Amino acid sequence: MNEELSSTEAIPVVGREAAPASANRRSERRLGWMLCAPAAVVMVAVTGWPIVYSVLLSLQRFDLRFPARKAWIGMDNYATVLSSSFWWNAFAVTMLVTVVSVAVELVLGMVIALVMYRTIVGRGLVRAVVLIPYGIVTVAAAYGWKYAWTPGTGFLTRLLPAGSAPLTDHFPAIGIVILAEIWKTTPFMALLLMAGLALVPEDALKAASMDGATAWQRFIRITLPLMKPAILAALLFRTLDAFRIFDDIFVLTNGAQNTSSVSLIAYHNLIGGLNLGIGSTMSVLIFITVALIAFVFVKVLGTSAPDAGRR
Amino acid sequence: MDRTAGGITRWSVVNLLVLLYALVPVVWIASLSFKDPSTFAEGTFFPTRWTWRNYRGIFDNADFVRGLGNSIGIGLVSTVVAIAIGTMAAYAVARLDFPGKPLVLGLSLLIAMFPQISLVTPLFEIERSLGLFDTWPGLILPYITFALPLTIYTLSTFFREIPWDLEKAAKMDGATPLQAFRLVIVPLATPGVVTTAILAFIVCWNDFLFSISLTSSSRARTAPATISFFTGSSQFENPTGSIAAAAIVITIPIVVFVLVFQRRIVAGLTSGAVKG
Repeated sequence: MNEELSSTEAIPVVGREAAPASANRRSERRLGWMLCAPAAVVMVAVTGWPIVYSVLLSLQRFDLRFPARKAWIGMDNYATVLSSSFWWNAFAVTMLVTVVSVAVELVLGMVIALVMYRTIVGRGLVRAVVLIPYGIVTVAAAYGWKYAWTPGTGFLTRLLPAGSAPLTDHFPAIGIVILAEIWKTTPFMALLLMAGLALVPEDALKAASMDGATAWQRFIRITLPLMKPAILAALLFRTLDAFRIFDDIFVLTNGAQNTSSVSLIAYHNLIGGLNLGIGSTMSVLIFITVALIAFVFVKVLGTSAPDAGRR
Repeated sequence: MDRTAGGITRWSVVNLLVLLYALVPVVWIASLSFKDPSTFAEGTFFPTRWTWRNYRGIFDNADFVRGLGNSIGIGLVSTVVAIAIGTMAAYAVARLDFPGKPLVLGLSLLIAMFPQISLVTPLFEIERSLGLFDTWPGLILPYITFALPLTIYTLSTFFREIPWDLEKAAKMDGATPLQAFRLVIVPLATPGVVTTAILAFIVCWNDFLFSISLTSSSRARTAPATISFFTGSSQFENPTGSIAAAAIVITIPIVVFVLVFQRRIVAGLTSGAVKG
């Protein structure tokens, strides 16, 4: 992953110097494998075979309502999905939600991170309360937003012109989905960014301040460049997380007014339509998209995959 | 730092804004849950007529009580298993040098970022053929899998910070290996393990997609999925109050955990995410 890893591997292992190096290394290797085996087996068993299986399913006509018509049909499912306007609409909605919410979260998260890091009063209280949106169950929060925007019931619809029902219009509904997503996940972003802030040496900021740099200049010229790895890692995590958005849209609109995300449309093809072939095709396409996003982040933007334990 | 009266006032205002951001939506759900159903149409932020009716209603609802039991049971089993096998892997990752370590970490990272929906479709069919569909194990397996990456990453960070030399020192002072482990290492490792267990439990408790896709009855359906089936047609005239009360009930345990273990959870969540 990177060259710094060697420093962690150099941690002396208890007792290595006591026995002949090679025998010791071998037993250490065996112990390492034995300890990792259960976790690795579970992870591979629960994800490995299903991934292969979904690729196989995606190449078949397989509708549970018409099991007799099951047959291998090559790439036909992909042609069906990729020429469907529903799929591309869901893809566009997912991309829109992802890009807008992650962008807003970055800015808002940075503000909250700075507040949590710099505030001189009630620091513990702020840091604790900010965790509440993170801890709340997504579905529970989504119902809160839904009722807040429901005509009659909601305190937020009362702020709008009489008769508005924002959840029943395409763009307002997407706006509310984005709002719910931002509210819930900004604290997580803020925590990751706050950890990045801790890496910026106070001395550098003080020196710049003495040289006459304003607070804004210090932030742009010193803090941001030093935080770049932390920011990119946070962006990567949140982008991939936002791309799988499901709970919020399920509760807020359940895909009405063309607000389905790719996850929701795949779910409806599976549970509503019982069409395993099409559902699996969408699953594979979503997986490929996520892999492409990760690839862009890692190769093009130079995000380093976090290696456990480095701060 | 600016510790003048002006600075304190300014920071207090900023803090207040952050607190409002985090609290207003939660207080709104709580206040909905205490509203008398006949007053929903008023659309006020706080209840005009307070009632416990919504809470009594959901605890009279067998499906919700069952869902709550399923959530707690499935969450606990998944957490315990994930912590047990995750601790072993994290120890190996933090303390041992062996080829294949990057593979374990890479696999964890891959799963942490994996779109769950891509697993739901094949798991739906596989679990139906194995008889795991609509059962506890049918949800526990994916929950363990998605809790493991977090467990391994977070715990290996905590383990790196344990002063392992103390174990050697204890042995030199005459402690047996078991004593050294039990009296020195276990107390040092416990806080990290507890924090990680809470984070893993939150992952399981929060899940909605697996629960709604891999169950078809209240046999294994967890609370968040059960709530989405509340309708106005059955024992509730209007599901709004019931849903709000249920939302508060499933939120409270997590909020309590988070507030009590705030400092450690922050350390756990940010571990491994930032490179030094």
